[in-house]
Amino acid sequence: MTRSFETWALALVLSASLAACGSDSSSPASGAAASGSEPGGVVVSAASSLKGALTTYGARFKPGPVRLSFAGSDELAAQIEQGVKPDVFASANTKLPEQLYEKGLVEKPKVFAGNRLVLAVPADSKIKTVADAAKTGMTVAVGSASVPVGAYTHEVLAKLGANGAAILRNVRSEEPDVKGVVGKLTQGAVDAGFVYITDVDATHGQIRAIELPRDASPTVAYGIAVVNGAKHPANAKRFVDGVMGSKGQQVLKAAGFEPPPGS
Amino acid sequence: MSSSPPFRVAVTLALAAALVFLTVPVLAIFVDTSPSQLLSSLGDPAARDALRLSVVTTVSALVIIVAVGTPAAYALASRDFRGKSVVTTLIELPLVLPPAVAGIALLAALGPRGVLGSALEDLGISLVLQTAGVVVALVFVSAPFYLRQAQAAFAAVDPAVVHASRTLGVGEAATFARVLIPSARSGLVAGAALAWARALGEFGATLMFAGSFRGITQTVPLAIYDRFSEDFPAALALSAVLVCVSAALLLSVKLVTDRGVVGLAAR
Repeated sequence: MTRSFETWALALVLSASLAACGSDSSSPASGAAASGSEPGGVVVSAASSLKGALTTYGARFKPGPVRLSFAGSDELAAQIEQGVKPDVFASANTKLPEQLYEKGLVEKPKVFAGNRLVLAVPADSKIKTVADAAKTGMTVAVGSASVPVGAYTHEVLAKLGANGAAILRNVRSEEPDVKGVVGKLTQGAVDAGFVYITDVDATHGQIRAIELPRDASPTVAYGIAVVNGAKHPANAKRFVDGVMGSKGQQVLKAAGFEPPPGS
Repeated sequence: MSSSPPFRVAVTLALAAALVFLTVPVLAIFVDTSPSQLLSSLGDPAARDALRLSVVTTVSALVIIVAVGTPAAYALASRDFRGKSVVTTLIELPLVLPPAVAGIALLAALGPRGVLGSALEDLGISLVLQTAGVVVALVFVSAPFYLRQAQAAFAAVDPAVVHASRTLGVGEAATFARVLIPSARSGLVAGAALAWARALGEFGATLMFAGSFRGITQTVPLAIYDRFSEDFPAALALSAVLVCVSAALLLSVKLVTDRGVVGLAAR
């Protein structure tokens, strides 16, 4: 009795999942971000660093509900290349959306926000300057080179000369996204890490920012684009326009983001 | 039990669906990976570092698990005490914990800010960001696989054999080493292989607790994740290696346990 019930249940679950896959050849990992066919919804894949701001903005988005998934921008871009279709892609750089645009996978991206890379340390840390983090024995977490925060970090370290080289030698973890670096800092697993100023603000005092020399600071620009073949193109466009508009910009500013560079 | 034709068709279809659903993604790894890609990605020094680190950490974890787990499993199998089921459940809990929970739990216990963190620091022991931290994470998530199998294997040994050994004047320790372990061998080997396979695939707890750094903490699963965005073929090639190794481990479990059953029947 139970056995046959289990069998039927299994058959049901499997046929449902097969039907959901349909002719789509995308990877199983894509399911969460790709589906979402309810009218009025919008599915957004966004950089980890946008978590606070876009969650706030998404809750106010009128045609809602907004389904947000956050990860390293590079992983989200790779998912889109593998055939995953969110409605909107928001990246912590402009390079990834531009690359997808050149491949015809997203519409022309727009720059909607700026940010500032900082050296962050736990609130009770003795580290006061960039040079302190370069001392031997210090441990540092950075983003992996493929994720925007890691690319920006490597850019900065190259400009910091001897201190940069010393900090690079102190790197003990390369995290898949910026939240991984923040986690290592709040847990006290590393002495210092490179994150965005908005990430520091979001920890409510658990970590503290040390500003980088102005001439070494990279230009951090966030790009957003409607994904070609989006299931909800109208809502996607409205979401992007909203983020570019005064309401979106207000939320981003409140979360510590800067206006789009060059605007 | 008689089964009706529609029911038979239904179960056959369900089995076919399960088979297709579970094998297609694994096979797709090999469809998209040419042998030359596989070889060239294995030539990548970073990939080799990850493979080497995976071997070193999983073997270290396995040695610890077998050394401590074998007598522990024997204690569970041979003794009855109040709260034994609670102890068994607690020991098996990591089996069903999500990796992220395991990572958080390890940080909360052994991280620099964890409950035992400062005590460890006083002893000069640091686990986060270290290869040793990877081994700790692997032991935590995979030990229950061994403990469970080993406990069952010891429990299945004919008590008469143990009794005979004891009445012949052989001590408990010697009986354990010379009678129980050889008798339970196939179950122990199967448990070790399962624990090894679980350790090889560990991802979340390692990333959260130990971090990801080439040659130190970046095991093969972490290297796969690192490559996923930039070099999908390379990620596929490394995945193919893990699939082959895991399949070999699973196959050896099947062979060993089948032979074990035959061996017991012949005895």
